[in-house]
Amino acid sequence: MEYLLLLMALPPLAGAALNGIFGRRFSQALVSAIGCGASGLAMVFALLAAWISYPLSPDSMPYIHSYFTWIQAGTLRAEYAFYYDRLTLVMTVTVTVVAFLIHLYSRGYMEYEGGYYRFFSYLNLFLFMMLTLVTAANYPLMFVGWEGVGLCSYLLIGFYFRKKSAADAGKKAFIVTRLGDAGFTVGVALLFWTMGSLDFQVIFERISKLPLDQYQGAFTAIGILLFLGAVGKSAQLPLYVWLPDAMEGPTPVSALIHAATMVTAGVYLVARSSLLYAHAPAALEVVGVVGCLTACFAATIAVAQNDLKRMLAYSTISQLGYMFVACGVGVFAAGIFHLMTHAFFKSLLFLASGSVMHALGGELDMRKMGALRHKMPITFWTFLIATLAISGVPGFSGFFSKDEILAGAYGGPLGRPWLYWLATFTAGLTAFYMFRAVFMTFFGPSRMEPEVEHHVHESGSKMALPLVLLAFFSVVAGYLSWPKPLGGREAFDLYLDPVFGHSEEILRGAVSHPAAQAGGGLALMVFSLLAAGFGILVAYWFYLKSPAWPDRLAERFRGFYRVLVNKYYVDEFYSWLVVKPVTLGSEKLLWKSMDNDAIDGVMVEGTGQAAVGAGGLLRRIQSGNLRSYAAWVVLGAVLWLAYILYKTG
Amino acid sequence: MVPLSHYLALSVILFVLGVAGFIFRRNIITIFMCIELMLNAVNLAFIAFSRFWGNLDGQLSAFFVIVVAAAEAAVGLAIIIALYRNRQSLNIEDFDSMKW
Repeated sequence: MEYLLLLMALPPLAGAALNGIFGRRFSQALVSAIGCGASGLAMVFALLAAWISYPLSPDSMPYIHSYFTWIQAGTLRAEYAFYYDRLTLVMTVTVTVVAFLIHLYSRGYMEYEGGYYRFFSYLNLFLFMMLTLVTAANYPLMFVGWEGVGLCSYLLIGFYFRKKSAADAGKKAFIVTRLGDAGFTVGVALLFWTMGSLDFQVIFERISKLPLDQYQGAFTAIGILLFLGAVGKSAQLPLYVWLPDAMEGPTPVSALIHAATMVTAGVYLVARSSLLYAHAPAALEVVGVVGCLTACFAATIAVAQNDLKRMLAYSTISQLGYMFVACGVGVFAAGIFHLMTHAFFKSLLFLASGSVMHALGGELDMRKMGALRHKMPITFWTFLIATLAISGVPGFSGFFSKDEILAGAYGGPLGRPWLYWLATFTAGLTAFYMFRAVFMTFFGPSRMEPEVEHHVHESGSKMALPLVLLAFFSVVAGYLSWPKPLGGREAFDLYLDPVFGHSEEILRGAVSHPAAQAGGGLALMVFSLLAAGFGILVAYWFYLKSPAWPDRLAERFRGFYRVLVNKYYVDEFYSWLVVKPVTLGSEKLLWKSMDNDAIDGVMVEGTGQAAVGAGGLLRRIQSGNLRSYAAWVVLGAVLWLAYILYKTG
Repeated sequence: MVPLSHYLALSVILFVLGVAGFIFRRNIITIFMCIELMLNAVNLAFIAFSRFWGNLDGQLSAFFVIVVAAAEAAVGLAIIIALYRNRQSLNIEDFDSMKW
């Protein structure tokens, strides 16, 4: 088994190295063969490991294997070790399958772009880092993966590095997530200080044995700090600003990194640390509230966006908020379930948009699209399937996962009704803006430029096949967990019970809650269906039946509309609050004043001048006049003699 | 017996005269003679002490001083001759090239 895991993780690293170092001389076919082959191998071995582990009893898990000791410093010991349990199984399978499909898609998408080998190299490297993140057995190794995916994100967002906006977006992503990472690091340090170890297994064992009244404060602090890292990485309030800008990267990047995998790392972190959070319900409440607010906030912005990818970016932020809501109320398994279904349908949405983008020669403004459903049937149908999934329409995967979260928001261990209502409202918004996109892009009269319309064509099989496969998963994955109110047993959640069950128990016990548990299940489901249905209807009304309405509403509520389109001016606010002061301070104070004047002027120049000045004074002794030299000698001798006499006298 | 302090006083007077001449005289040869005067003043002091302590250490040192003075005088005069050939002058104020 240990070889299996290694075989899963190493091919992407090898692929990245091969393509990175030698790729320049390779043909496109060879580069993509290495890239897709590496990710394919990773997928095969991940599936193999899953196949072996699936029937195993939960007592034999987690499977932990250490390959070598990485850090040994005093009492701190971190190994390069894999931690494989059912959660890891779900994560590795999801990550590798989606990654492989996206690698395949990239073969077609990136065919005419420059830097083909660089792209696949970075993509493979990312996969390796992500796998390291989810299989790590301790927090430092997980952080290695965490930073690694951040690096690859930076490299891939700024892939078109000659374009200033892309380079800036890459920097923005890295710097903003860095703020979160600071919280993560402090949290890990605090964790080590409290627990004495950073190994998952050791920590999880010790947590339950520590006296709660002494340690709860520490646990809460750790929980919040770790969540800060998640806020950055998973683009929650207030550190979400990098994700919309990240759309500057090629579409497969948006699909893989900023929809399916990297941004879910934060959710994985919280889920993996569920036991810790179970002992710190206050921190968990923060998680839930932030998640819910983010979900709603981002959805409101998505409603007014006209750029297809940007809207999807806000949608991702919103859906990630849902996952954090799930963790925040204590139904961790539902959050992971949504993570999985979301990975499928969101990456599908991005890939399909890429297909549209390619067909339209790079156009992303939905106002310039329309009537594409006949010209691009595969793209249309897969996009529609994904939209149905994300809107929570019954029968598609999103319905099952989202409803589990909503049910948990209401009746879960830390569930609150207001969380449920806000989340349901957001679900309505989600359905609305997604169908708005569908109607604007694929239906209605064509608003395309004539030359663009000429070239519209369905994408080739290289791009179409992954779309179809992802659409398949977007439908099927939901059936892994048939909801209880409809008579099912939520198999997915049951499967993950050994991972989360203990935490959920603790939360249920620790927090006495009046909210209804069993009875309301069906009613909740009805409400969410109503919300989704309403959203779809409004979208239909606005964009198909009476297309004049949106503009009229925008006119009447001009101010409000403008706020939404400009994303609540958050970027401008940050620019005013942080960027300008830092830039100004750096320029005026640190550069001009300190660097230029103080260091260059006083220290470097000044020292030189001082030496010259002193020398100028001292050299006058060398007058060439021998008699004055003699006088100096005599004077020195006399002084010395006086000193001696003084000392001995 | 002549007290030691007399000898030492004489030695000091000779030495100070030598220093004064060294500083204030302009002719190089005169300056050299003053140097010799200083050396001899020191010799006098050594001998006086030797007599006073009743051992030969002072006289031994005086021998060293005489030898060194002789060698130094020889070399110094040679240098002065070379200098004179260059500057045609024995005035110490004319030799001031090595300055800032």
